[in-house]
Formats: sequence, structure tokens, C-alpha cells
Amino acid sequence: MQATETILYNRAGQRVVSPDYLLFEAPRTKHFMTGSEAVKEAVKRASVDASVSYPITPQSEAAHLIGELWVEGYVGVYFRGESEFGVMSEIAGCAMAGARCITTTSGPGTLRAMENFPMWAGTRIPVQLVLMARGINSPLSIQPDNLEVSFLLDTGCMIWYAETAQDLFDMILAGFVVAEQPDVHVPLITVVDGFFVSHTREAVMLPPDDIALPPYNPYRAPMPVIDAEVPPGRFLRDPFVMKSNYISYATHASWQWEVRAAIERSRPYAKHYLRGLVEHFGDPEADLVFVACGTASAQAKEAVRLLEDEGIPARVVKLKTIRPFPIEELREAVKGAKYIFVPEFNVVGWLEREVRRYLYGHSNAEIIGAPRVAGGMTMPAEVIVKEVLKLTGKEVKHVI
Amino acid sequence: MSYKIYKINEELKDFMPKEIIDLEEKATWGNPKRGVMDLPYTKELIEEHSLCAGCPESMALRYIIASLPNPEDTIIVNSTGCTSLVFPHIALHTVHSLFGNQNAVASGIKRVLEWRFPDKVKDVVVLAGDGATVDIGLDCTLQSFFRQEKITTICFDNEVYANTGGQESGLTVKGHVFKMAPKGKQWDKVPMWQLAIDSGCHYVARLTVSSPKRVEQVIKKAIYVAREVGPTYVHLYTPCILEIGLNSDDGLDEMRARDKERFAFFEYMTPQAEEVINRIKEEGLL
Ligand SMILES: Cc1ncc(C[n+]2csc(CCOP(=O)(O)OP(=O)(O)O)c2C)c(N)n1
Ligand code: SF4
Ligand SMILES: [Mg+2]
Repeated sequence: MQATETILYNRAGQRVVSPDYLLFEAPRTKHFMTGSEAVKEAVKRASVDASVSYPITPQSEAAHLIGELWVEGYVGVYFRGESEFGVMSEIAGCAMAGARCITTTSGPGTLRAMENFPMWAGTRIPVQLVLMARGINSPLSIQPDNLEVSFLLDTGCMIWYAETAQDLFDMILAGFVVAEQPDVHVPLITVVDGFFVSHTREAVMLPPDDIALPPYNPYRAPMPVIDAEVPPGRFLRDPFVMKSNYISYATHASWQWEVRAAIERSRPYAKHYLRGLVEHFGDPEADLVFVACGTASAQAKEAVRLLEDEGIPARVVKLKTIRPFPIEELREAVKGAKYIFVPEFNVVGWLEREVRRYLYGHSNAEIIGAPRVAGGMTMPAEVIVKEVLKLTGKEVKHVI
Repeated sequence: MSYKIYKINEELKDFMPKEIIDLEEKATWGNPKRGVMDLPYTKELIEEHSLCAGCPESMALRYIIASLPNPEDTIIVNSTGCTSLVFPHIALHTVHSLFGNQNAVASGIKRVLEWRFPDKVKDVVVLAGDGATVDIGLDCTLQSFFRQEKITTICFDNEVYANTGGQESGLTVKGHVFKMAPKGKQWDKVPMWQLAIDSGCHYVARLTVSSPKRVEQVIKKAIYVAREVGPTYVHLYTPCILEIGLNSDDGLDEMRARDKERFAFFEYMTPQAEEVINRIKEEGLL
């Protein structure tokens, strides 16, 4: 018998390939681009159905570029909404109607849209939000700062954190695949630090652009798609939240638990498509560990190099996912650690709080929430080194 | 799709509740001429409701759902408020998402359905209270009109935030004392029908729900025009009998009284809308 291979094409005319092929096997070539351009390249290969946009620095360019893809026929529906509140509701409508959706925002936009995120999660729509973190008001700031992420931690959305444009490209593609698994099917917020990643050019390895992810199949969703092609779900007919009785309370509570459980169920998929929830860098034996995400992990890697010069072995555990939090991976990674530094781009230290929470009772290391910069400050590797040397009592050679 | 999605698997029929079987056998599907006159004879697409006894919102909902020309392919988007208590009882695809974002959600749904099903007619109808439409959701309401979204927006104006216990809204009449306006409302009722015209709606109507047949006519016109031309807006007076101190059987009289004054029947249409309306009249669909 002769094997026949059917070649499928998406609506943009790109050849449909498996996520594994697209992410891991397809030949890649080197390109030089900004994080915003990497978003475009990812969306171009993601068989995206719909995107809604709104201007706010630093995410605007990514949103413009998605618009270009719409003009070129790679995205089905695209328009500018009236505000981030409107946009996040519009994109929710798109997703309910069975579309693979992506949108972008930053800082004040995130907070303006806030009411929508738990709604997305409760509606079980796998919308992907690319968040290019910036400061939130007041005073007004357009500068990089990731305080906004702390507000999102308990919305019921998955949260991933990209370090580089390359990470961002790969995460967006992997993100659709993981978020759309029928046993996951919750929204994903893919975070990068605004400006540091969105506006900085770097080398990005890209697969060809005539191949793309398999289109989203809304009929695999755990909730009926709102398209009148399937019977309306029973959940629409049972007024479970609208009654004051114990069954409705229990239903609401279990619904929320289930959203969190769905995030938990994303772990094996995320592990596969992200090649692990954490990344290790530096001397695996070092008892001085930086736990960080995003640009802070890039800077921590630089600090590890400088510390090497000082004769201090150190390493970085970069967290790629924040929700689900890589609990086991982190506990394993910091075994034997004496000092854990958590460098962050915000004043509250939300990542330090997370690290403390999950290491409580699992590590004897001293956890130091430093350095912390905010409001647009950069985090030179020297500043990180300085924190370490302060602790070890060594002379601060690198810092002027 | 079609009403086929309401067909019950033969082997499961024995276990299905009567209301569900009735939905398949006795509801009006696939018949654009359906209307309020069917109400006594056919299975309604609303299974009971949990509003106050005699609430005119419940009448309005029954008339509207009975008048949808294409219920098997109609998506109804709702907001928070008394109306949302009825939504779980509606046998169609309905959405409740947040308070005030209904026109935004509807915009997304409509655009994606047009893209996913270019050859099918899928009507998207928004149905929300005055607080939802004109106060908290005004931005989303008007912006969807500006963008010329092909959706029908129906406002249930009871001139109050009823579901939260009777607070003043933008549609309360000047001088009326409600909660949060303990000295009486200080400013005029918002003329939402006029805002709808100015914002680009192609068909606008203002009326009470005292006449079921008139509600049917208006709803059909609004839906057909939205399908082909652009946004349409229907402003219904559905008094909150509870908050204005009327009895369960007073709703109709209250509406009839207002028919003669601030809710006198008013209709507006653009030339394109008129064309569509004349055509569907000729086709016998109105
Ligand atoms: C963001 C938000 N603000 C306030 C509320 C509280 N709320 C729920 S229903 C409602 C009143 C709705 O009034 P209206 O839209 O006029 O509908 P009605 O109940 O009068 O039919 C309010 C204020 C809410 N659910 N969400
Ligand atoms: S409170 Fe008013 S609007 Fe709400 S159901 Fe009762 S009568 Fe109707
Ligand atoms: Mg009201």
C-alpha cells in the first residue's frame, strides 16, 4: 500500500505543520530584529484568526505590525478598539466565536482592562495577551517596570515571561499550542519587559514563513463555542451564579478551582514546548543563585560573568513561567544554595514574594530581594554584583 | 448552522425533560415569519423566568425572542442587571460577560462569525439595561455604532438601576427621587435614541412594550437592517414596577400612559435602511 500524505494549508495559504516541527525541527535562519518585530514574525506563523489593538507605548509597534499582517491576509479580523477595556472585551468576543486571538498591551492599559482578565479565564478562552511591561500611573511613566505583573498573578490566566526577542517568538507560538489544549484552555499572558525587549534589536532564529501552526479548532474547546453551530451549553442555561443557594456557591467555587487546575494541567505541555519551565545558567555547583525572569535574568547572567572574575561562583535560575509557577523545578534548582538573590524591575518585589512562598520550608538559603530597580531604571550587572559583594564583605571592584 | 443542533439523539430521548423535547418539536425554527402571534401555540425559547411577577422586562424579552427572524443562528449578548436573570433560561447561544462591555463583546463575536462563516447569516443582538447601555457601557455602546458594527442593540430602559436596588441612572427623569439621588435627579434623562442617530445607527426606534405586535415589527426591522447595513438601536420602556411602587398587574397601564408622552413611538431610518425594510416588506417578512 502506498502512503499518501495530505498537505494542508491555512487560510493564508501557508503549509500547516505540527507545532513540534515548527518549533523544534524546521530549519532556522538568523534575522536581526526588535521584540516587536519578533511578535509579528510569530503571529505570521501562528494561523491567527483575530487581533484587536489599542495604542500605548511600548506595545504599539507590535500592534501595528499585526495590522500589517491583517492587510497581507495572515490575520482574519483586526481593528482598533476604543480603550483597553473595550479591546479586551472585543477580543473575548472574538475568542468566544471560535477565533485564535492575540492582543497586546502595556502598563496603564493592563490596569484599564483588568476586569476582563478573570472574565477571560472564567470563560475559558485561550486568548494570548502579549504584555510589554511598563510603569503604571501615577506619576505618569512610559518606562520599563513590571509592577503590573503583580496585579495579574491571580487572574486565572497563565503567565509566561520571555527574556529575549527569541524567547518571545518561540513563546508566542508555543503559547497558542499550550493554551488551546482542551484540558488547559485558559488565557495566556506572555510578558516581556517593555523597551528592553520590544525596542531592542537582536538576532532571532526564524523558521521559514511559508509554514504555520495548525489552525485553532474551536470544537475541541471544553466550552461550547458561541457560533450557533453547536447546541448551547448547559452552563448557559443553569443560572448558577445568579441564585443564592449553596449549590450556586459551590458551583462558583469549583469553577474557580477548575480554572486554577487547568493552569496546573498546562505544566507537561509547557515543559515540552518551552523545553522546561526554568533555564539554568552558570556554575551548577555555585551556592549563590539568582532567581529571575525577563531582562532581570539577562542582567543576572552578566553578573555571573563578572562575579566569576571576582572568584565568586554563581548561577541563574531563569523562570520561564510564573503561572504555573515552576515549584518543583525551583526547589530542585536551589538545593544546596546559600544565597538566593531575586533581582527585579519593580518596587514591590512580587517575584521575591513568590520565591519565598514556594521555598518556605524547602530551602535554608537566605533570600535577598535585591537589587530592585523601577520607574525606568536599568539594572546594570554591576549593580547586581554590588549587592552580592555587600553581602560577602568583598571590595567592590566593578562598581564605580 | 440550523435548528438541527436542537435535535435530540433518538436514543437519549427517553431521558430528556419535556421542555427540551418541546424545544425540538414545538418551537418555531427555520421560519422567518415567526412572531408574537405564535406565542400561545408554540414552545417559547424562554423557559420561565425569575424576574418579579409582572415585570415588563419579562414581557419585552418574550416578545423579542418570539420575533427573532433567525433564532437558530442568533447570538444574544447580555449585560449584568435584571435581564441577566433571564438569560440562563433562554435556549439560544447567549453570552454574559461583564457589566457594560456588551457591545464590545458583540462586536468581536459578529466580526469573527462573519469571517468564519462568510456564507451564512448570523445575527448578533445585544440586550441590556439602561445602566449598562447608557451609563457604564456608553463608551462601548457608542463606539460600536461609530465603527458601524452590524449588530442590533436593544436597551431595556426602566429608568433605574433595578438589579442593585433602585439607584438613579442617566435615564432616570429629572427630579425623580431614587437612591443615590436623594434630592431628586439633578439633570435630564439622556436622549439615547438621539445619540444613537448621531452616532451612526441606521435604524432607531423608541417605544414601550405595550403592543407586542409593534415590538415584533421594530425588532425585525432592526435585525434585518443590522444584518445588511450597520448598527441599529431599539429603546424600550420596560418600567421597573417594583421601584416605582406599582403592582404586578400595573405594568401595562404604566406603559400605555407613557405611550402618550416621553415614550411616544418614534422611529428613524437612513435611506439604506428604508430600502432594506421595503424589500423585506415586499417579501412578506414584516
Ligand atoms: C463593574 C460593575 N459595576 C457595578 C456592578 C453592579 N451592578 C450589577 S447590575 C447593576 C444594575 C443594572 O442596571 P441596568 O443596566 O439599568 O439594568 P436593570 O437591572 O435596571 O434591568 C449594577 C449597578 C457590576 N456588576 N459590575
Ligand atoms: S426589580 Fe424591577 S426591573 Fe427588576 S425584575 Fe423586578 S420589576 Fe423587573
Ligand atoms: Mg435599568
